[in-house]
Amino acid sequence: MITPKASKSVQSHPMDFLLRTERIPHIWCPGCGIGTVFSAVIAAIKNTGWDPNSIAMVSGIGCTGRMAGYIKLDSFHTTHGRALPFATGLKLARPQTKVIVVSGDGDLFAIGGNHFIHAARRNMDITVVCVNNLNYGMTGGQQSPGTPLGAKTTTTVNGSPEEPFNFCYLASSCGATYVARWTAMQVRSLRSSITEALFKTGFSFVEVISPCPSSYGRRNRMGSALEMLKFYHGRSVIRGDIDPKDALMDIDKEIVVGKFVDIERPTFLDNYAKFNHLQIPQWRPMHSDDQKVR
Amino acid sequence: MSAKEVLTGIHFINGDQACCEGALAAGCRFFAGYPITPATEIAESMSKRLPRLGGIFIQMEDEIASMAAILGASWGGVKSMTSTSGPGFSLMMENIGLGICTETPCVVCNVQRGGPSTGLPTLVAQGDMMQARWGSHGHYEIIALSPSSPQEMFDFTIRAFNLSEQYRLPVIILADEVIGHMNERVIIPREDEIEIINRRKPTVSREEYLAYKPDADGVAPMAICGDGYRIHVTGLTHDERGYPAMDAKGQEEMVSRLVDKIRNNRHKIIKTKNMFIDDAEVVVVSYGISARSSMQAVRDARNDGIKAGLIKLETVWPFPEDLIRSLTPQVKAFIMPEINGGQMVLELERCACGACPVTLVYNYGGAIINPSLILGAIHKAAKGKP
Repeated sequence: MITPKASKSVQSHPMDFLLRTERIPHIWCPGCGIGTVFSAVIAAIKNTGWDPNSIAMVSGIGCTGRMAGYIKLDSFHTTHGRALPFATGLKLARPQTKVIVVSGDGDLFAIGGNHFIHAARRNMDITVVCVNNLNYGMTGGQQSPGTPLGAKTTTTVNGSPEEPFNFCYLASSCGATYVARWTAMQVRSLRSSITEALFKTGFSFVEVISPCPSSYGRRNRMGSALEMLKFYHGRSVIRGDIDPKDALMDIDKEIVVGKFVDIERPTFLDNYAKFNHLQIPQWRPMHSDDQKVR
Repeated sequence: MSAKEVLTGIHFINGDQACCEGALAAGCRFFAGYPITPATEIAESMSKRLPRLGGIFIQMEDEIASMAAILGASWGGVKSMTSTSGPGFSLMMENIGLGICTETPCVVCNVQRGGPSTGLPTLVAQGDMMQARWGSHGHYEIIALSPSSPQEMFDFTIRAFNLSEQYRLPVIILADEVIGHMNERVIIPREDEIEIINRRKPTVSREEYLAYKPDADGVAPMAICGDGYRIHVTGLTHDERGYPAMDAKGQEEMVSRLVDKIRNNRHKIIKTKNMFIDDAEVVVVSYGISARSSMQAVRDARNDGIKAGLIKLETVWPFPEDLIRSLTPQVKAFIMPEINGGQMVLELERCACGACPVTLVYNYGGAIINPSLILGAIHKAAKGKP
């Protein structure tokens, strides 16, 4: 008698407790760096030991924006560029919730650029993780505020005539209290930076230089995803002590990585409470064993 | 807190201030806005009053951000609103759509001024009626109220919050510069006399909860951030779980839900104030400040022996289609006075459906409509001249 083999069960992943597993497989292309960043965000959340019910994720539109659809937190996938003002309202209405914004370079710095500088200026207590893949991935690879000068995209076929932003310099000059940059290959550093950013009270910003092999890499003949990762990593120089304005982000020369800012500054809510003589509940970590169950 | 939430008593205040007081009485504790004439006084009043009540006032970088912030605050469990005028209303359209799609309760007060573009910042118009209805892309239903006095600014703002909480959508108050800036007597009732409706919360466990599965009234109970339901909220077409369902079937199901919850409850939502319409042969249909001009004209017409009546639209959207259709057999003509080139009159014509003539009395903005113009139109209509 032949005993039928038990069908191979789907293996669980150590991060499943924070994934909407019923939504997997995800939409990201093979070789995309977003998976690595997503995994680093989840690992960082796990590192904190906080109750997932006290954390929310807000995203805008684009490839990175889809993270909010896969994470098992209260998650909000909003309109293009508007993750930060939405998160601002959410945070102010619910100070006891930790709010994480994840988004791409186009969403945060082109259509959402104005919101970014004002959220940083106000020192909203929000952690922002920016996946900088140097182009608009979701729409097929157009020029973005992260696209290097001369790079080819579908809207700059002969090379981009624009200088890109240096996002970390911009964030620090607008008043961010924590600023760091890593490439998607420096996973451990990235994880610990996101963890630090989460523990930070105030506007914290982590940029990740991440491969988009399907669009940016293909048009700029950068080879496979692995080759792109290695290329960015090879260009990276760790300089944690540097002034953010000197933290060069130039894929032809040098990608300066590290933690550039880690300061204390009163948040919007601190000042609002002070000037209006109010006691506003501040966010405090809530630990939970909920993770093991879910 | 020592400050009073409801300033019970008789006040002499303008419409913008009355709007602020109505919002606070309704339980609004979050306001995000951007300065714009003639709505600035709402933001200023809020900035003074909200901190004393433990609420949040924030001046955002623009109206796009203001609208996004009030949606975020609503998901944080706090009743929220913003106020603006035409140019800012245009910027809010994007996230009003997000509010419709994600079924987020909140209130937007548009104190209308002359347009297009910067137009007449300090002068009256009613030119955003169709923008309120169709301004965001895609197909949806909306609720919009139109106050005719500072008292109604107070009353309708409370109702706007109640409707937004009950039907889970951004509710729009279409005021205008004259209502916003006019000082009149406003009676604020006792707190226990004010009816407050709050959103329904889910009663099932996280495993059973479907974020967009409607109850019998077509509206789904709303879990907020931090309730432990781990909700997913997206502006993509989504299913009852809130997860993207991007095909024709998903679209049909979601948009039906958004449309039906308003259409099927329209008899509870629509309110009109009718004057002398039982025997009326000429019926003036109007709203906002133009309804005040109309009221005078209808009274004058009655004094002249004409059977004139008035339907004052308290809700402009949804439009009282059934009421208009029911009147067409008895009515010789409808007249619509409004401060635009003819917007709500299109709805009136659609509902009259050729059964009787419809006349528009209008100006393009900058001044209210003189009652004598409406009276003239009533006289003509009564004689059967279009």
